[in-house]
Amino acid sequence: MLKEPHVGAPRSRVDGRAKVTGEAKYAAEFPAPGLAHGHVVSGAIARGRITGIDTTAACAVPGVLEVFTHENRPRTAWFDYKHRDEVAPPGSPFRPLYDETILYSGQPVALVVAEDSGTARHAASLVRVEYEAGAHETDLLRAREDAYVPPKRRSGISPPPKPRGDAVAALAEAPLRVEAEYRIATEHHNPMEMHATTVVWEGGGKLTVHDKIQGVLNSQGYICNVFGLSKEDVRVVSPFVGGAFGSGLRPQYQLFLAVMAALALKRSVRVVLTRDQMFTFSHRPETINQVALGAAADGMLRAIRHDAIGATSRFEDHQEVVVNWSGLLYHCDNVELGYKLAQLDIHTPADMRAPGAPLGVFALESAMDELADKAGIDPLELRLKNYAETDENEGKPYTSKELRAAYRLGAERFGWSRRSAAPRSMREGRELVGWGLASGVWEAQMQQTSARAVLTADGRLEVATATADIGTGTYTILAQIAADAFGLPMESVTVRIGDSSLPKSPIEGGSWTAASAGSAVQAACHAVRETLFRHARGAEGSPLGNADLDHVAFVDGRIVLAADPDRGIGLIEAMRAGGAERIEHEQTASPDKANQKRYSSYTHSAIFAEVRVDEELGVLRVTCIVTAVAAGKILNPKTARSQVIGGVVWGMGMALEEETLADHRLGRFMNHNLAEYHVPVNADVHDIDVIFVEEQDSRTSPIGVKGLGEIGIVGTAAAIANAIHHATGKRIRDLPITLDKLLERPPAERAR
Amino acid sequence: MNRFTYARPADLAGALREIARDPGARFIAGGTNLVDLMKYDVERPTRLVDVTRLPGLDAIEETAAGGLRIGALVSNTAIAYDARIGRRYPLLASAVLAGASPQLRNAASTGGNLLQRTRCYYFYDAATPCNKREPGSGCPAIGGVNRIHAILGTSEHCIATHPSDMCVALAALEAVVQVAGPGGERAIPFAEFHRLPGDHPERDTTLCQDEIITAVELPPEGFAEHHTYLKLRDRLSYAFALVSVAAALELDGGRIARARIALGGVAHKPWRMPEAEAALAGQPAEAASFALAADRLLAGAQGHGHNDFKIDLARRAILRALSQAAAGTPQSQTDKRIR
Ligand SMILES: Cc1cc2nc3c(=O)[nH]c(=O)nc-3n(C[C@H](O)[C@H](O)[C@H](O)COP(=O)(O)OP(=O)(O)OC[C@H]3O[C@@H](n4cnc5c(N)ncnc54)[C@H](O)[C@@H]3O)c2cc1C
Ligand code: SF4
Repeated sequence: MLKEPHVGAPRSRVDGRAKVTGEAKYAAEFPAPGLAHGHVVSGAIARGRITGIDTTAACAVPGVLEVFTHENRPRTAWFDYKHRDEVAPPGSPFRPLYDETILYSGQPVALVVAEDSGTARHAASLVRVEYEAGAHETDLLRAREDAYVPPKRRSGISPPPKPRGDAVAALAEAPLRVEAEYRIATEHHNPMEMHATTVVWEGGGKLTVHDKIQGVLNSQGYICNVFGLSKEDVRVVSPFVGGAFGSGLRPQYQLFLAVMAALALKRSVRVVLTRDQMFTFSHRPETINQVALGAAADGMLRAIRHDAIGATSRFEDHQEVVVNWSGLLYHCDNVELGYKLAQLDIHTPADMRAPGAPLGVFALESAMDELADKAGIDPLELRLKNYAETDENEGKPYTSKELRAAYRLGAERFGWSRRSAAPRSMREGRELVGWGLASGVWEAQMQQTSARAVLTADGRLEVATATADIGTGTYTILAQIAADAFGLPMESVTVRIGDSSLPKSPIEGGSWTAASAGSAVQAACHAVRETLFRHARGAEGSPLGNADLDHVAFVDGRIVLAADPDRGIGLIEAMRAGGAERIEHEQTASPDKANQKRYSSYTHSAIFAEVRVDEELGVLRVTCIVTAVAAGKILNPKTARSQVIGGVVWGMGMALEEETLADHRLGRFMNHNLAEYHVPVNADVHDIDVIFVEEQDSRTSPIGVKGLGEIGIVGTAAAIANAIHHATGKRIRDLPITLDKLLERPPAERAR
Repeated sequence: MNRFTYARPADLAGALREIARDPGARFIAGGTNLVDLMKYDVERPTRLVDVTRLPGLDAIEETAAGGLRIGALVSNTAIAYDARIGRRYPLLASAVLAGASPQLRNAASTGGNLLQRTRCYYFYDAATPCNKREPGSGCPAIGGVNRIHAILGTSEHCIATHPSDMCVALAALEAVVQVAGPGGERAIPFAEFHRLPGDHPERDTTLCQDEIITAVELPPEGFAEHHTYLKLRDRLSYAFALVSVAAALELDGGRIARARIALGGVAHKPWRMPEAEAALAGQPAEAASFALAADRLLAGAQGHGHNDFKIDLARRAILRALSQAAAGTPQSQTDKRIR
């Protein structure tokens, strides 16, 4: 009997032990001889200029090595393009300590470097900055008047598709219409690990950089471009990342500051941001959606219009895919979608888990619920009725789409058929009970990635690629894929990632890592297998003499005949026979261009939510979530489930809690700590049931994987908001749905 | 964070000497609030006087009057799980459990809890003006982001709230704060311990800089039969109260003999109104009476924009809390369903 493969089986994280014992090192934990510590001084105003910086007191503190400001910072590259990282949107990237101009509140205005972190922090509090304030704007509700279509598109972000049919006319004629505005508040990234960089001065102009980043090559490229260094001299090593989900896609300002200081002082420097500084970059943009749906009396969609305005900074056009989902999820002949940006005096927003999708899908899926209500049709039936068999945005078939099965399986598990249709009709004790559902959708992608596999004569296998593991389980799935290629136990496999000296990989984002790095590792392993098989066949008296690679299996450290597993040869024996101490191959896996042209590829989900509301007091509990996910092959149901649960919990935060509150007079975010910026805690989270729907997909990636880092969050907020409407009859279109909104009298439309 | 010196006196007299020597000195107990504020450069003590090793302050003892005396160093957790408190003052145990997280409650002391400072966003952000942090600099919360701010007893200089849960219960129970200072010991009734902001929002309490809290004394009456602590917040745990109510009743048949109601999250101190409580005496323990009490308690309540909702919410919370207390079904702090 052939052993069950690791791929597809629930395996525990291979890096779990290292993480819980502290053996896993994060960016701020790498030691270096003579390490100096930098502390950032953050600016106080939203717009204007620095008229003076007094660093005398700070410099006088014993142990302070240097206070860097725009007045004394070393020269860096002149041109904007040199500061643009791999995922930068169009515009002029923010340059820390560049000049006296203040672009947003909380901007770094000085870096104090000292012998120890306490001294740096103390001295930083002594830096005095004088400003001349200019007029600023941080209120999207005012700035929306000046929204514009971004003139240059951000690479990798599809602009809205061209209109199809005539949505305006179809809407005017539609017997049923829903038109409403939906808003999502600004949300800030708050991974457990604060952003940090340790730059190790290796001497001879060489640097080793430990950065909190989702792509070591992105940091490496940025450093080399900005500081005019060569790639041979800069190695970025970040084996572990303590959460990121977008905040670590772009090099953040602490990287610039740490490298700048290390080069200037010719010694190792570490810069760690504080929790409140985590609120000075990397946020999901506040977004306003206007959605109009027109339908026939039976609920068939006739028209969809969806226009969104997202906030961005004054210096970069950050773009996300917010509205395209509305042309994709349902069959409809008349669709018009629009996406604009409005500039504020804030830092450039950043990608946050499924950037764009939860924003637009919240609006669309809330509107669909409103339509179901109007049409008197069950919300699930409405969705099935309007099911899109093809990608109507692009006029292409899907590589696979099992959303229908997801609806069915999710509904069964949840017990959706027992739902009583009318809002406010379900109650238990004091609490109103509400059931809501929504669909989720996210891109399934693969990116060109290279990997190396090395088999050594001691029977160990090492696979390596420059990608990152931000906690998603990349180490584990790569170990599974590699182990299966040779029939080895996972313990025989070492996975190396997060090092710029390893084979090239894109940033870890877009849910593409499993598909991309996984395919590359498999390709490299297969190349090693071929060489090994040649050795095996050549061995004296080899039972595989006449076989070819298709007729053998790799089982328990042996190569055996598939038809007769008793006959075979050990891996080590085969290597010895070939005189090989190690077999090493590097391979590059690329997406199939022809498939990409012909097909569209997305993951889907159906999310069912139950809420219980104490209406008198506005207290709400999300007591159950069932999410059925169709995402191609599931490499590891255990880590996959964790990914989806994490996404769902984040979606609960988006629905009910997360909001960075801005004081528009000061132009500043105010609740910049985890006591006042709320994310869900254990008490908020009840049952979350994750179902993986069978989905065969041979076109997205060679290993059948579509990716699922992000799908868990998409649609969750809408399902909860819809459940709240079912429970209370209140349609709340502004996220987060806090207690005060639940207490408000029924939906007095916002006057604006 | 500034530079400071550190002392760990061996006894109370030593602690008082240390604090008297330096007007910039501060006591430190669990450090869960003070250290945060130091990291944010809000508090910049020149000297920290660590009280955690002072003898005799970490016990819960019977008083001659028949109450309990809780030493200033008793941790919040120890209060929450003390059998005597659970039996005789369950309102207090419940309020303590409603606050913070287990880790914080393990570290937090009784004295420190009384003296924890407001969670006003501006107070915490040294880059903004704030009368409480820097007298005379202004109060940006008025007209700014004030969702968590006060609706009662505010002044034009400050609209901050006192964030403690424990103190709301202590106010309802009419505890007495025992303090020691250079001039000897004194007792401060709970209602007089915390201040309203008035013209001096920088002063949270009537305690002097050179005085130390030694204990909190509970009078014999604990309202163990009819009480509740109802806390409403932005998530089901680990969040400060938007509004909380400590309600304690003594019933005589279906009528109220005595009532205590303290509100949290609505003012610069736990909010009580003895007239409102007195007016409940003799009334039937039912919704109509509770509504009258709520009206009285909230008379003069004023919102500042984002926190307007608190007036309505406080009213609803008072009604619910009084009905919970009257029914003898106090709010559970583990099951998050509101009773
Ligand atoms: C994230 C977070 C969430 C929280 N949530 C809640 C909540 O929901 N509800 C709630 O009630 N609380 C909450 N807290 C606050 C917590 O209860 C207080 O921080 C704690 O009670 C303070 O006690 P401590 O011993 O750590 O005080 P410290 O931080 O040591 O001291 C606080 C102040 O008291 C002074 N002090 C301490 N002891 C004495 C003494 N014996 N005599 C004189 N002065 C003294 C100090 O000088 C200092 O000014 C929360 C705190 C945090 C950080
Ligand atoms: S409310 Fe009080 S604490 Fe808050 S900013 Fe105003 S003065 Fe400061």
